[in-house]
Amino acid sequence: MGQGLVLFNLLMIAAMLPAAASDVRAAVLRIDYPALLPLSRLDLPKEDRAFAGAALATEDNQTTGRFLGHSFETATVATTPENALADFQNLLEDGYRLIVVLAEADELQELADTAPDDALLFNAWSGDVSLRSESCRANVIHTAASDAMRADAVAQFLVWKRWNRWFLIGGSNEADKRLAEAYRASAEKFGARIVEERTFEDTGGSRVSDSGHVLVQRQIPVFSQDAAAHDVVVAADASEVFGEYLPYHTWDPAPLAGSAGLRPVTWDPTHESWGATQMQRRFEKLAGRHMEEADYQTWLALRLVGEAVTRTGAGDAMAVRDYILSDEFELAAFKGVPVTVRRWNGQVRQPILLSSGRMTVSVSPQEGFLHQTSVLDTLGIDAPESRCTAFE
Amino acid sequence: MTGRLFASLCLSALLATPALANKVFVSNEKGNTVTVIDSGTWEVLEEFPAGRRPRGITVSPDGTLLYVCASDDDAVRVFDTGTYEELYTLPSGPDPELFIIHPSGNPLYIANEDDNLVTVTDTQTRAVLAEIPVGVEPEGMGISPDAKWVVNTSETTNMAHFISTEDYRIKHNVLVDQRPRYAQYSADGKKLFVTAEIGGTVSVIEIDEAGAPDLVHKITFAVPGVLPEWLQPVGARITSDGKWLFVALGPANRVAVVNAETYEVEKYIVVGQRVWQLAFTPDEKYLLTTNGNSNDVTVIDVEAQEAVISVPVGQQPWGVVVQPD
Repeated sequence: MGQGLVLFNLLMIAAMLPAAASDVRAAVLRIDYPALLPLSRLDLPKEDRAFAGAALATEDNQTTGRFLGHSFETATVATTPENALADFQNLLEDGYRLIVVLAEADELQELADTAPDDALLFNAWSGDVSLRSESCRANVIHTAASDAMRADAVAQFLVWKRWNRWFLIGGSNEADKRLAEAYRASAEKFGARIVEERTFEDTGGSRVSDSGHVLVQRQIPVFSQDAAAHDVVVAADASEVFGEYLPYHTWDPAPLAGSAGLRPVTWDPTHESWGATQMQRRFEKLAGRHMEEADYQTWLALRLVGEAVTRTGAGDAMAVRDYILSDEFELAAFKGVPVTVRRWNGQVRQPILLSSGRMTVSVSPQEGFLHQTSVLDTLGIDAPESRCTAFE
Repeated sequence: MTGRLFASLCLSALLATPALANKVFVSNEKGNTVTVIDSGTWEVLEEFPAGRRPRGITVSPDGTLLYVCASDDDAVRVFDTGTYEELYTLPSGPDPELFIIHPSGNPLYIANEDDNLVTVTDTQTRAVLAEIPVGVEPEGMGISPDAKWVVNTSETTNMAHFISTEDYRIKHNVLVDQRPRYAQYSADGKKLFVTAEIGGTVSVIEIDEAGAPDLVHKITFAVPGVLPEWLQPVGARITSDGKWLFVALGPANRVAVVNAETYEVEKYIVVGQRVWQLAFTPDEKYLLTTNGNSNDVTVIDVEAQEAVISVPVGQQPWGVVVQPD
């Protein structure tokens, strides 16, 4: 009996045994912030937001793991900004070292800074650009797209359309200002011009229910009156105060992009190319609802883990990090091209869908925007622009 | 005299139809139809309804029955290849995408994309013989020439699963690149080629006497002026002499011609848009491609390695099969 045969038999046993040679435990920590109702009832927060994406990824990983003797388990915790740190510590004490976080930038930073050396975090929510630049952390991988990637995705499409004169309407909150800055940077990068810029003040007003549309119909035209001649209105409304009010109500007839109209998203329930239909169907069967961005970005984080474990056989956070930052890593994620990770800031490269909410209108990067290493790097902060040094 | 007359009649018949014509069946995924093409004249003979979202398509070895995976009907529809009448349906499990038929005509091995299963269906008794759990999003189905092995590829698990046709158990799993789409054995059974759409490669797997696999090589593709991301290997076919492997490259709108002995890509043939599946005519003189976005079929002259004609078919052609002689 040769060595080959022994090895072969061992492999056979590994393939046949349901028992796991390696148990991979991950966790999803979701911070729910106090918020007003969304402008559209389609956006009402789901109880299992992100967690359903985690369940699907865990099922996917488990199905594959069965053939290799790996088993996957994912804990999910919903918390508040106040309790986030304590819940995070509890997960660490329970031995979790692979933790997907859905939080805003400040809380994410805090968690990343208190995490032990052998832990790896995945940012599946915040698009904050600073997290990919000056405030980056070596122990955070971003499956959420940055605001810069999203703005660049919109800008490429508008420039491709030759809609180069933008009327930028931003919100008055800090997050809105950061988003508006991302659109300014994108305009500059791709040669569009912001011919008019206005700020929509968040006065804490009521929502559109109870005949609010009557008011909106009077307010928005006046607000957008007498703007310089423009091809398109770009909305930067991270706080979701006014974006959805703009379509059809602007003074001048103009298409909308950004926070309303043509929206840059990592996922949308209408997306069906590149096998996405299968993913939507599997998700809908599991969760009984449509798949949203938080679900997709969480799914993606856990699939990065699953793929690393499948290919390397190792399930510890450092081995996962090393593999997904290596040249060997690539993952199919229903976007038509493999997703990989930027080695300079831990951002997952991915195409951005431009969705009307009814249809995937286009997908960026657009044809003709070239890059020396990956066309996906025409979206977001490229290596020379990034001030992230933690990954060096 | 009678003999000579008969001979000359035969001769003129041959002259009138230069090649033995066969029926080509193309499944149109969005049109919910099958288009029938004459391989002698390349004329469309018929287009008939084939259920919802028809994708995988094959013919019984005797050429009389056409099997179609009607994905959204969760069934395999069976048609008479002469009259195009639907005869009956076969149980397929949910969302059948692609299948392969045993060389004897029985059973069918069917990939159920949404349920991570391969279903084995008896084409005579119309009963399900087995359901085999496989990886996530099973798609490609290949069968070894000795019919001892069925290979299924799972698109999200990224494996080729080797299923014994004796006991319907998985005996080997081989990890390949991202989104494996199709598995094709060489005629001598010594090699298996697995395409990976998103990985952009074709894995070459050598098969030993016992049927065990060994991944030995990965074929890559490059076309000047075409983004590497667009070179997405999907359908594949190999000539029976084992010399030439043809690989459909999806959105690159090209079929790669690979020397199956050296694994070098020797040529890229421009075809229609989003080229998906491939099929030879029985004499291997022609290779047919389904082009999902241009709604046509390209006919490739195999020896000349050139596209010779394109035939408009239904909406979003997906699979293609040629009736045997």
